[in-house]
Amino acid sequence: MHRILSREALAPDVVRFWVDAPPIARKRRPGQFVIVRLGEGGERIPLTIADADPKRGAIALVVQGVGKTTRDLNAMEPGDAIQDVAGPLGLPTKIEPGQRVCCVGGGIGTAVVLPIARAVREAGGHVVSILGARTRDLIILEDDVRAVSHTCVVTTDDGSYGQKGLVTDALREAIAKAPEPFHEVVAIGPLPMMRAVCELTRPLGLRTIVSLNPVMVDGTGMCGGCRVTVGGEQKFVCVDGPEFDGHQVDFGELMARLTAYKEQEAVACARHPVAGPFTPAW
Amino acid sequence: MRSASGGGAVHARVVRSMAKKITQKTKTPMPCVDPAVRSRAFVEVASGYTEEMAVAEANRCILCKNRPCIAGCPVEIDIPKFIQKVAEGDFEGAFQTLTEKNVLPAICGRVCPQEDQCEKLCTLGVKFEPVAIGRLERFVADRAAAFGSQSDSGTSPQPTGHKVAVVGSGPAGLTVAADLAKMGHSVTIFEALHEAGGVLMYGIPEFRLPKEIVQREIHGLERIGVELKVNHVIGRTFTVDDLFEELGYEAVFIGTGAGLPHFPKIPGVNLIGVYSANEYLTRSNLMKAYKFPETDTPIVHGRRVAVIGGGNTAMDAVRTALRLGAEHAYLVYRRTEHEMPARLEEIEHAKEEGVEISFLAAPVGILGDDRKRVCAMRCIRMELGEPDASGRRSPVPQPGSEFEIDVDVVVFAVGQGANPLIRSTTPDLHVNKWGNICADAATGATEKKGVFAGGDIVTGGATVISAMGAGRRAARAIDVYLRNPLPDGV
Repeated sequence: MHRILSREALAPDVVRFWVDAPPIARKRRPGQFVIVRLGEGGERIPLTIADADPKRGAIALVVQGVGKTTRDLNAMEPGDAIQDVAGPLGLPTKIEPGQRVCCVGGGIGTAVVLPIARAVREAGGHVVSILGARTRDLIILEDDVRAVSHTCVVTTDDGSYGQKGLVTDALREAIAKAPEPFHEVVAIGPLPMMRAVCELTRPLGLRTIVSLNPVMVDGTGMCGGCRVTVGGEQKFVCVDGPEFDGHQVDFGELMARLTAYKEQEAVACARHPVAGPFTPAW
Repeated sequence: MRSASGGGAVHARVVRSMAKKITQKTKTPMPCVDPAVRSRAFVEVASGYTEEMAVAEANRCILCKNRPCIAGCPVEIDIPKFIQKVAEGDFEGAFQTLTEKNVLPAICGRVCPQEDQCEKLCTLGVKFEPVAIGRLERFVADRAAAFGSQSDSGTSPQPTGHKVAVVGSGPAGLTVAADLAKMGHSVTIFEALHEAGGVLMYGIPEFRLPKEIVQREIHGLERIGVELKVNHVIGRTFTVDDLFEELGYEAVFIGTGAGLPHFPKIPGVNLIGVYSANEYLTRSNLMKAYKFPETDTPIVHGRRVAVIGGGNTAMDAVRTALRLGAEHAYLVYRRTEHEMPARLEEIEHAKEEGVEISFLAAPVGILGDDRKRVCAMRCIRMELGEPDASGRRSPVPQPGSEFEIDVDVVVFAVGQGANPLIRSTTPDLHVNKWGNICADAATGATEKKGVFAGGDIVTGGATVISAMGAGRRAARAIDVYLRNPLPDGV
């Protein structure tokens, strides 16, 4: 059992938890995730580790309530316990010293980008961050990202905060304005956003890393449910990823695969005590 | 493969002498739930012998001198002794005999391929059907559980003070853990999933091996002092080196089992509704997707499901499809029934339940609709050609023989590669070209000091009992190692 140590709402339906998990906190590196199961009869879902405090033996999870399990989780309080947390899973982000990196976070993807941006900075790199969301309320962790970035730009689709427009607009400007070219872009957010970023950087030959979040069961390579096509080859996100060269990823296939259980998810949500319609994140 | 080694003459004499007293030439039939009922429910197919049936079947054993059955058992159970006790009505004594050698009798009685092991060598089987050793084993284990019996072996061993880590709680890991605990060593099992049991929990379906029975046998291990840590992914949460250096274990046994499932390189394998057998069975067995939405894990319920493969995993998957409500459950296998690796009993059960088998066919592509969901599968007919490396005649595609079947779920049960989590984080562990760990067949010892391995991670996909046999041999070698560690290597 893993006790929830603290709970903090970051945006509507988005919560940051600190959860007791000492061995995972010690081992975890940026880019890795855990598999969580709330209790008996629960499903196993992957959640990226947003931060870790090895001294306290705790990991941070940032959760957006989109399906039954994530909504159940977001309704939990400090003192409650999550039955199963396994990890850290997946390969850590490859961080090279002294790199110029543009970190792009869309919506909840910012929670995944933040530890990577921090690691790039700690490795002596130069960090330009771009955070985007539909509207002001959905921008999360801005102060944390600013603290580790040399430059930070915020965009909203509706112009309610920061620049009006998409992260790709800000990225295009950042690339044009950069005194020296970026070594790479790290883009993490909804699949359409990651695909749009890749379409922008592909003609420039600018390496772009994305982090994928497909449906998983075991998370250890056994089931193959998280398979994606990267550069024409089959990869398992849980053991080969979750980060890949975005220019090689078949986003169309992954988007389709994410709809596999849409109907069942709607059934599960309809039975949910804190109901509300199922709002897919893709 | 040996037969009764005493030679033909002795053998024939034994058979003749017993022929007179044999009144029952065939095995006492196993009572089974009606196929029409069971094919739509997860209830266990075989309901088990009654006491009368068990005694009658045990009395078929002729107590031959050679006792060839024991040599056919990977864990060397004293089969004639336990059967004799059943014949005498001493079911408790039979249980104690069984559990001297086998820690998981209720499981082995259900899933061992006895027809290729103990029963294959049974003297009675030379002329008649062999004694139903597996069914008797199951009866003894189930009866003991119903009466709350506990195994005497391994109670209060003298603690040795040695600590062993076992990675994986499948059949290999459970056996090695039980044996070492009985020798007095302190054993911890690390399991990556949220429940212990490995393939016994996620792979083999409820209707063939009730999960309650698996948990019962695992609790038996906890009673003799084995510590279980679930949600611990070795290679991630701790590396093998951490187990030694940080956690102070003196030896490590790796029994991580199944690896990454194979998918053929044909179009359409990533459509919605295409599964590996591992995923399909894990969703249904471990995650109980058949109870959705009472449980949270969904599964695509196909109306027409095709399972590709010819092994026991394929049989489990295709029979699961029926129970999930499929109107048609097809098994597509590229060779003939003769070459199928699945157990005969499983094939018979599947046919009784209405599985439609298409032999000499293989998929060449899967077709999807506009929502990227499976709607059909294109197959090609095969003919058998020359024997391949495995000795089986290899299938040869027949040009121009393509055909399509309408399906909405496709499940591949065509084998798996090795899991990379341990090898990629344990640089001094030797693996072969397929990524399986190189280990001595007799001892399970690897090239890395204090590290032993066994089961599917060493051999590639095999059976529960062969993994248990590897666990048994490794336990002996680990015991020797712990008592006399060598300075370099084992």
